[in-house]
Amino acid sequence: MTRWWRDEHLLLGMRDMASICPGMGAWGLMTGVAMVQSNLSTLELVLMALFVFAGSSQLAALPLIAAGAPLWVVLATAFCVNLRFVVFSAHLRDFMMDLPLPQRLLRGYATADLSYMLMLRHWPQAAPDVAGRAQQRSYLAGSGLLAWICWSAASLLGAAFASSIPTSWGLGFAGTLALTGIVWALTNNTMRVLALVVAGSAAVAAFALPLKLNIVVAIAAAVCVCMVLEQLHPALRERSEP
Amino acid sequence: MTGETDGWTILTIALLTLNTVITRCFFFLSSKRWSLPDWAARSLNYAPIAALAAVIAPEVVMTQGQLIHTWQDARLFGVAAGCAWFYWRRSLLGTLACGMGAYLSLRLLAGW
Repeated sequence: MTRWWRDEHLLLGMRDMASICPGMGAWGLMTGVAMVQSNLSTLELVLMALFVFAGSSQLAALPLIAAGAPLWVVLATAFCVNLRFVVFSAHLRDFMMDLPLPQRLLRGYATADLSYMLMLRHWPQAAPDVAGRAQQRSYLAGSGLLAWICWSAASLLGAAFASSIPTSWGLGFAGTLALTGIVWALTNNTMRVLALVVAGSAAVAAFALPLKLNIVVAIAAAVCVCMVLEQLHPALRERSEP
Repeated sequence: MTGETDGWTILTIALLTLNTVITRCFFFLSSKRWSLPDWAARSLNYAPIAALAAVIAPEVVMTQGQLIHTWQDARLFGVAAGCAWFYWRRSLLGTLACGMGAYLSLRLLAGW
C-alpha cells in the first residue's frame, strides 16, 4: 500500500484545497462567531464545529436553535439548505460504488461543495477503470480532509475570539461570497445562467414561506423552466451537457 | 461567555450531523444497482445551481424578509466585485478577497 504522503492525488487534492482555505477559514470564523451569538454552550459549539461540517445549513439552523424552534423545524430547514448535496451525490455515486458502505459514508460526509467543485475541474466524470476511480477518490479525500481541518479550526477560533469581532462588520457575508464563487464555477452555459436567474428570483419571491421552503420552490421552478425549454428547443439540450 | 448545555441542543447537533451525512451520501447509501430516469438525470444539470442561487439571492437583496429599496447596500457591490474578479481570473479566493474588500470598505468607511 502506498504511504499517504507519497499519494500524489491525495497531495494534489490537499494543494488545491490549500489555495482556497483562507476563504473557507473566513467563513468558518464567522460561523464560530454565530455559534457564540446563538448562546450555545462550550460543549455544544465544540460538537457543532467538529461534526456538522456544513456551513450554510449551520448558519440557517443557528437562529432557529437560538429562538427555541421545534427540532423538526430546525432539521427541515437544514435539509432544504443541504439539498444541493443530494444532487451532487447522484453524480458522485459513479466515483464511490467500488467501496463498502462505511467508506462511502465517511468519504461522502467529507465531500462538501468546494471539494466536489475542485474535483470536477480535473475530472467531470468518473474514470472508466477501477485504478482511475481510486485516484479520483484519493484527490477527494485529500481536499476533504484539509477542508475539515481548516473548517473546524476556523470555527473554534471564531468561537474563542467572538467577543472581539464586532457584529456590525457583517463578516458572515464571506459565506455568501464563497457560495457565489461556487455557483459561477458551475455555471458554464446559457441554460444554467437561466436556471440561476429563475431560482434566485423565485427564492426571493417565495421568501415568506416557512422552513426555508423557498429553496425547494426555487429549485422546482428553475428545473421546470429549463426542462420545458429543452423540450421546445432540443438544440438547447446539446449545449447544456456538463 | 456561553449558555448552559442542554440535551435537546445536543440532540439537534447530532441530527444535523446525520443530516449532513444523509444528504451528501443520498444516492450511494444503497448498494443496489439502479439508475436515474432520464428526466431526473437531465434535471441534475440545473438543480445544483438552482439550489445555490436560492440560498444566495435572499442573502444579497433582502433585509429581514424584505426586498431592499436602495442601491446603497454594501452587499450588492461586494457581490458585483466578487463576480467581476471571478470573470477576470476564475479564482475562488480572489472572488472572496475582492468581494470582501469592496463590501467591508463600503460598510465600514461609507457606513452603508
